[in-house]
Amino acid sequence: MATTQERVEEQVDLQPARPGEKHRSLSEDVWRQFKRHKGAMIGLVLLAIVVLASVIGPFVYPLDPYDIDTSLANMNPTWTHPMGTDNLGRDVMARVLIGGRISLAVGFAAMLFGLFLGTAVGVISGFFKKFDGPLMRVTDLFLALPILPLLLVVIMLFRESLKDAFGENVGIFILVVFIIGVTSWMQTARVVRGEVLAIKEEEFVLAAHSIGTRKRNVVMRHILPNVLSPVMVSAALGVASAVLTESALSFLGLGFPADFPTWGRLLFDAKGYLQLNPMRAIWPGVMICLAVMSVNFIGDGIRDALDPKARSK
Amino acid sequence: MAQYVIRRILFAIPTLVVISLIIFAILDLAPGDPTSQLPLTLPAEVREQIRESLGFNDPFIIQWLKWMQLMFINEPLHIIDSIFNTCIGDCESRARIISWSSRAPAVDIIFQRLPQTLWVLGASFVLGILIAIPVGIISAYKQYSAFDNIGTFVTMIGYSAPTFFTGILAIIVFSVWLGWFPSFYDSTLVVNSWDTFLAHVKQMAMPVAVLTLFNTAALSRFTRASVLDNLNEDYVRTARSKGLGETMVVTTHVMRNSLIPVVTLIALQIPGIFAGAIITEQIFRINGLGALLITAIGQADVPMVQTLTFMFAFLIVVFNLIADVTYGILDPRIRYD
Repeated sequence: MATTQERVEEQVDLQPARPGEKHRSLSEDVWRQFKRHKGAMIGLVLLAIVVLASVIGPFVYPLDPYDIDTSLANMNPTWTHPMGTDNLGRDVMARVLIGGRISLAVGFAAMLFGLFLGTAVGVISGFFKKFDGPLMRVTDLFLALPILPLLLVVIMLFRESLKDAFGENVGIFILVVFIIGVTSWMQTARVVRGEVLAIKEEEFVLAAHSIGTRKRNVVMRHILPNVLSPVMVSAALGVASAVLTESALSFLGLGFPADFPTWGRLLFDAKGYLQLNPMRAIWPGVMICLAVMSVNFIGDGIRDALDPKARSK
Repeated sequence: MAQYVIRRILFAIPTLVVISLIIFAILDLAPGDPTSQLPLTLPAEVREQIRESLGFNDPFIIQWLKWMQLMFINEPLHIIDSIFNTCIGDCESRARIISWSSRAPAVDIIFQRLPQTLWVLGASFVLGILIAIPVGIISAYKQYSAFDNIGTFVTMIGYSAPTFFTGILAIIVFSVWLGWFPSFYDSTLVVNSWDTFLAHVKQMAMPVAVLTLFNTAALSRFTRASVLDNLNEDYVRTARSKGLGETMVVTTHVMRNSLIPVVTLIALQIPGIFAGAIITEQIFRINGLGALLITAIGQADVPMVQTLTFMFAFLIVVFNLIADVTYGILDPRIRYD
């Protein structure tokens, strides 16, 4: 039968660090746990490959994605064209590589925007009581909006005016990133608000208040670092859903214009040639799946690694 | 409970009103002119008359209120009339929401398109539930077994692969290479014999399979997590220690408790499935609601787009309500005050 003293020591680990055992910081602990998650590591490697291929690929790969040569139209994969060519004889692999750049850029930009909105709304409504009610009603309202139909309508209606204001590609990019961000912050906001509500009752926040820290600094230095873990999980899932939404919009023909390849757009263009050139549709689709799946696995890994119950095992 | 239901319904009404305002405002703020689709040779004064007759010169609030009257009063009355063959008020001359492109009442067109969508969605939804729940329960009960690992992998694929890719993959494999199923959906097909029934099953097979994979993925992951939570509860140990067989423990005790959140998720998923149909219908050329929305957007048919979008919003609000209420009914521990 263990004495109370022993039991307390077991739980709290009162002994000083044993000699030879290095002190571990939280981030090291998290990384150690993350490395143990097999799916997450595979996801990380896959994502690295996909990102590198899209960022560096177009520089290394010799063929031009916009080079039209109709004598080479609709070819099956060969050594010179590893993924075949499309109906205008453009090299599919070059287009998939450059398309990844835009798809991933949209994914990350929209995620950052949505994350910023969600964290801001979550922190404000959790920390400042008087904003809580109205902001949460707004969140509920956004959750009740039919997102996909509204996205389609907004793009259809505003693309012309943005095209005039910022030029064809930049205008669509801003529009797509903006509307995906504006319609994807609600989950983050709810999770962050919940965390903030719990954290602001903690003693260290009280201590910060009592030594006269300004509210802004309490939020920035004490609250925000502590809500980082749910925010990181939302970030991972946010990239996945933003890439999916952009692809879906492009697939419906309402995303980027035809000369501006993204994975979804490539899939949309390939849809008309399924009899003639089926492989052309598979490559961009596989890339979307790889990107989304790797990010989902990473999100799972982060969630497990940041869960203290799982970490202590 | 009854009080809670009434309060939720009362809260749903302002939500719907605000959503209708947002939808209306987005379409109203948009640049572009409703008469821009008409021939350029039209004299300016005729164009002005058309604008006047469509009510475009009214202030925004008046336009919105008029539209609200049509949407919330006239259209529901019309639906009631046509179901019960009644005539409430002046049913002959009641104003309706008229589609600009087809000049027919928007709601009538929606009802024409509804069956195709409902067939495919309904079939995939029922199949998805029938597959996901047993798979989720077995994977949780035999956690980390081969079945669980394969199941987790397949659901991860179903979760990550968008329907517009799995759909195209299905078309490439099953209609281009194997030639088993047609790649598009023939909505003029009338089922009146064994052959036409087979043809109908064939044309539904791929869209239903693709949507089922998508629905199953999220649902079975959720079921698995919920069952896992319950398997470690004290009441499970009590049930085992009083000598109940494993089948009994799992089916009557664990399942009934762990399916409560699953039922809620099912209700919450329904509106999303309708939205997902927009994409699936584009892939398989199904002439349903999603296709109607896409064409209406392409033709800048504002009343049609408004009606359809509002309908999607209505579905979301209603099913959120249903999810909350069923949660309270199924789980007596939950008390709303």
